[in-house]
Amino acid sequence: MAIWDLFSKLLGRDRSSKVAKERLRLVLVHDRSNTATVDVLNELKEDLIKVISEYMEIDENALEVSFSNSDNSVALVANIPVIGMRRAVGK
Amino acid sequence: MNGNVLVITSGKGGVGKTTTTANLGTALAMMGKRVVMVDTDIGLRNLDVVMGLENRIVFDIVDVVSGHCKLKQALIKDKRFEGLYLLPAAQTKEKTAVSPSQMKRLSEELKQEYDYVLVDCPAGIEQGFRNAVAGADDALVVATPEVSSVRDADRIIGLLEAAGLTRARLIINRIRPKMVRRGDMMDIEDITEVLAINLIGVVPEDEIIVVSTNRGEPAVTEYTSRAGEAYRRVARRLLGEEVPFMALEYNEGIFYKFRKMLGMAAR
Repeated sequence: MAIWDLFSKLLGRDRSSKVAKERLRLVLVHDRSNTATVDVLNELKEDLIKVISEYMEIDENALEVSFSNSDNSVALVANIPVIGMRRAVGK
Repeated sequence: MNGNVLVITSGKGGVGKTTTTANLGTALAMMGKRVVMVDTDIGLRNLDVVMGLENRIVFDIVDVVSGHCKLKQALIKDKRFEGLYLLPAAQTKEKTAVSPSQMKRLSEELKQEYDYVLVDCPAGIEQGFRNAVAGADDALVVATPEVSSVRDADRIIGLLEAAGLTRARLIINRIRPKMVRRGDMMDIEDITEVLAINLIGVVPEDEIIVVSTNRGEPAVTEYTSRAGEAYRRVARRLLGEEVPFMALEYNEGIFYKFRKMLGMAAR
């Protein structure tokens, strides 16, 4: 780390360009998730059902997938009710 | 002849769409191409004053699409540059005076006659934007190294993709090398990484742009202008030439070298 960065760290301040990039990254995740939500989430739901159904029986109609925003992160939250487990086929 | 319809857009206002259109149009004409610049910012036209052609307007784009005049009557020939024409926007009408399908037909007609049809898009994502992209084959997205501008550019790139324009290329405008070096302005990599789009030009902040806009003479004609040089390079890239990006360093001086040694300079 360069000496100047170390000073900045000690002062508790990041370079403003770094701050800008980090804020942009987050706001774009949010923007993109809003504008693409319907298509992307529907595709994701179908894929999730496909994959998870190989392991357990789930309630497809009650399955919920959405984005959740907090101060400095965006999370994908999935609520998938399990109806039953498939018998382990085991290798 | 089948020309190329290029829309110049940004989402955010004031980042340099009109300046970019004027300079690229002029540069391409200086390289021997037949070029028409179309101002689609109905109600807030400005390409005419940036080009210094405001006194020669008789008819405008609304007159053309509504059939009040022939296309040829509305086109203003720039006497300074062989092969350069302007189709001005209407100043007193609404954006809805032109529809996307009319714009598409107009673009088709223009590209029969010209190598390049440069469409100057208004700010925003409403009808003006939809009109401007309707007949476009390709898009150039202009953004400045600011959070608000890059964010809007991202939205525009998404809307362009939705409209089938998936090969949009980015022009980073008004970059200030000194601030980038200090770490107080996002650099080229920061922006291209966030937007995930190909870069076609980097235009440094340049006072000559203000002067040339005052006079109505595009900066590409000014050989000492850094921004003018950057625009000439973009024009060559549009023609398919491989041109290196301009070095944004200038007169580093001994103090900068000293700071670099200490690691105080960003790069």
